[in-house]
Amino acid sequence: MARGRPEEDAELQKRRRGRNIAMLVVLLGLALLFYLIAMVKMSQGGG
Amino acid sequence: MKEAAASLAFSGTTTLDASSARDWLELLKPRVVALVVFTGLVGLMVAPGHLHPVLAFTAVLCIAVAAGAAGALNMWYERDLDARMRRTAARPIPAGRIAPGQALGFGLTLAAGSVVVMALATNAVAAGVLALSIVFYVLVYTVWLKRRTPQNIVIGGAAGAFPPVIGWAAVTGHVGLLPVLMFLVVFLWTPPHFWALSLWAHGDYARAGVPMLPVVAGARATRRQIFLYTLILLPLSVLPWALHLTGPVYGVAAAALGAWFVVAAWRVLRDAQDTAGVSLTRDAPAKALFRYSLLYLFVLFAALAMDRLVG
Repeated sequence: MARGRPEEDAELQKRRRGRNIAMLVVLLGLALLFYLIAMVKMSQGGG
Repeated sequence: MKEAAASLAFSGTTTLDASSARDWLELLKPRVVALVVFTGLVGLMVAPGHLHPVLAFTAVLCIAVAAGAAGALNMWYERDLDARMRRTAARPIPAGRIAPGQALGFGLTLAAGSVVVMALATNAVAAGVLALSIVFYVLVYTVWLKRRTPQNIVIGGAAGAFPPVIGWAAVTGHVGLLPVLMFLVVFLWTPPHFWALSLWAHGDYARAGVPMLPVVAGARATRRQIFLYTLILLPLSVLPWALHLTGPVYGVAAAALGAWFVVAAWRVLRDAQDTAGVSLTRDAPAKALFRYSLLYLFVLFAALAMDRLVG
């Protein structure tokens, strides 16, 4: 990636961090959701 | 900050780097999703039977994600139109913050994921109707109808009417008469809602070459159509009560809300206008009708949910 002006680099870093945190939250949420769905389905005796 | 953000798209930076999490969220049209989620949730609440809260939450989440995915695919396909319209030119794709290919991949992934998870968490009927709603919005409305016919909103409006049916099917595994009637209510509500907006936004649509009714048939004909649709909507919205599918809480609310909808549409019809049908009040009645139409749908579905809770 070509380096830009310092304020552009700072802005890019900020956006990348924001995207990464959002992705982490989504993935953790999905893992929890799939776990809960599996628990409920098993307690109901199958799929 | 704004200057730095604006310069990113032109500084050799990849569009992925230029995008923020908010841009990806914007691609999902969150304001449209809110209405869709609400009607889907009510469909789920009024259905006979029981769905485990985790599965109910998953079903509503799938409806939201599918609606967002359809929105992203719509923005991907309409990026040329969006760039020409003032209202949409700042969206992530025309503004250069998200590349078209990225938006397409994002939309397809979410669409497929929402249908698969819906099938695993609830049943095949709910997943099938969910898939149908995405296909309808993207292929029938966005790709086929929107640029070809002023009836685009009439037929395409069906896409936004599916959520109550999906919510109901998630609980019961089939489609009943009440969700079909609620589908028809949203279906008939959509044209007056969007035509009211297009009465004052038609300059944007004309510039983009979208054949919305005011662009093709004129403002006067659009006002007549708005009034006609609200006249049909009123008895249809009361029909679930007349057929004893709901109680009086819903019935009275539907009659009162529908009557006021007709009054608001009548004001649009009688708006002061010149010989060409151009509003002399800056479309104040149309703007009022647009705002009221949103309130109408929220309150009508809230009344349906309340009716089931007290009934």
